[in-house]
Amino acid sequence: MPAAIRVERLTRRFDGFTAVDSLSFDVPAGELFGLLGPNGAGKTTTINMLATLLSPSSGSAQVAGHDVSSHRHEVRRSIGVVFQEPALDTKLTGRENLTFHAMMYGLGRDERRLRISEVLRLVELQDKSHLLVENYSGGMKRRLEIARGLIHRPMVLFLDEPTLGLDAQTRRHIWDYIKKLNAEFGVTIILTTHYMEEADFLCQRVAIMDKGRFVALDTPSKLKDMLGGDVVTMEIRGDAAAFAESLQSNEWVKSCRPHDSSLTITVERGERRIPELIQQAHAGGLQVTCVNLRKPSLENVFLFYTGKTIRDQGAGQSERSRAMMRGHFRRRR
Amino acid sequence: MIDPIAIRVLWLREMKRFLRAKSRIFGALAMPLFFLAFLGMGFNRMAVPGLGGGVEYIRFLVPGIIGMSLLFSSTFGGLSVLWDKEFGFLKEIMVAPVSRISIVLGRMAGGVTTALIQSVLILFIAFLMGFKISSPLLLLLAVVFMVLISVTFLGLGLVFASKMRDMQGFSIVMNFVIFPLFFLSGALYPLENLPAWLRALAYADPLTYGVDGLRGALIGISSHPVMLDLAFMLAFSLFMIGLGAYFFEKSEAL
Repeated sequence: MPAAIRVERLTRRFDGFTAVDSLSFDVPAGELFGLLGPNGAGKTTTINMLATLLSPSSGSAQVAGHDVSSHRHEVRRSIGVVFQEPALDTKLTGRENLTFHAMMYGLGRDERRLRISEVLRLVELQDKSHLLVENYSGGMKRRLEIARGLIHRPMVLFLDEPTLGLDAQTRRHIWDYIKKLNAEFGVTIILTTHYMEEADFLCQRVAIMDKGRFVALDTPSKLKDMLGGDVVTMEIRGDAAAFAESLQSNEWVKSCRPHDSSLTITVERGERRIPELIQQAHAGGLQVTCVNLRKPSLENVFLFYTGKTIRDQGAGQSERSRAMMRGHFRRRR
Repeated sequence: MIDPIAIRVLWLREMKRFLRAKSRIFGALAMPLFFLAFLGMGFNRMAVPGLGGGVEYIRFLVPGIIGMSLLFSSTFGGLSVLWDKEFGFLKEIMVAPVSRISIVLGRMAGGVTTALIQSVLILFIAFLMGFKISSPLLLLLAVVFMVLISVTFLGLGLVFASKMRDMQGFSIVMNFVIFPLFFLSGALYPLENLPAWLRALAYADPLTYGVDGLRGALIGISSHPVMLDLAFMLAFSLFMIGLGAYFFEKSEAL
């Protein structure tokens, strides 16, 4: 299948800080591809470069066969973008926002009417389309934006944190739309998220991103298999690196990674190995302050590669409004 | 390159927003009308030096106040890109497959229309206050000047908007750019009264030619030939469209 997106050594720096660091990846047409990582990992910056809103500092990217630096216009014609922060005109009604968009994309009057009622039905906003957007709830705005991103039937749709700050029911709804879009219309979808379950549920392939780089890229199930069993996390007082080394000599320890004051250890049947792990720590004169056992999930994959949970630094749901208020300080990142 | 549909839809958006914000219309009219009323009454019986005996101050003042209203509303119109940036809507505009020059022209079309509506309202109120124009035909020429003034300062506003990240620099632009442009333009008094060095500065101010042209068209009195004013304003407005478009194109939407 032809690549919908082809990225080579894509890099973006801001005043000496490298937000996206030499990324290379391909996304075949029709794939639902996820970028998973904490806030500040560089997901949004990547999306903004692919959507022609930011120029790459170096490297190149093609979207739908067009270069994002030299053929911006063609790229813009083939993509739809749903931004992380709302990008609606709140002084216009829902329908007017959609009409504005449809006209900007050159749709004629009849086509416009047809498609607008189609997407309004899809996101179930027909009854609210005459209201000013400033009266919409957060979930309604998000749905309206998703509807807007679809009006011109883009080949590639970018969804930047599509369910950030939404309640569980709305999130479930939006997940269903996204799956449906991808399955029925064959739209290639690039989605960023810091919700593990979202990436796991939706994406055919997931790239785990941290500090501007991909630390892993595969299907969710392969990523989980790669861990090769359960993950035991131990927090200890003492030399984590040395303890990790000594643990490697146990044949049942599949892998072991030391972090600042903790270890992630991969073993099979972790619940039976924990006593032994603690014993060995004590024998080595180390104090164990916390033990955690997890069955494989993307969360563990993330932990395994980065040594931290995504929530350590990810925004909580209530943070969305604050994030918006300081939007212009952050937006440069 | 130039996409008429995009220009139209951006204009339409501006009109909808303008007509829905009643308070904005009143707010924008209040200051020019206060200037007109209080300065007009306060200086009514004073002989304005350099004007000769035959001209009442209020007649002299009306074109100046219209120029002022155009200056303010157009510069703010250009700066309003920053509001779109603040509210995220600029990104929606910037990812659309339309040329940047069309976006600039669409914004200008909207800005010029709102500024014109305000100017015409001020003129209408001035009529009610007893203001008389020299010839109805020249009213059309006055409208041409209004458009050119508006375009010029919309361009200026766009340049500032492209260089600023948010509205925090707003008061600086207001105090160090807009007000000096206004006071230097001869909107309130004849420039002949200024010392030579300050007058030289006034001649670098586009609004000087705009206000002088408006005066020529509306009351038949101007310091320069009206055609000269027109030529200057044409040049200024074309230059500012280009400059505004250039800066807008270069700025990043984020």
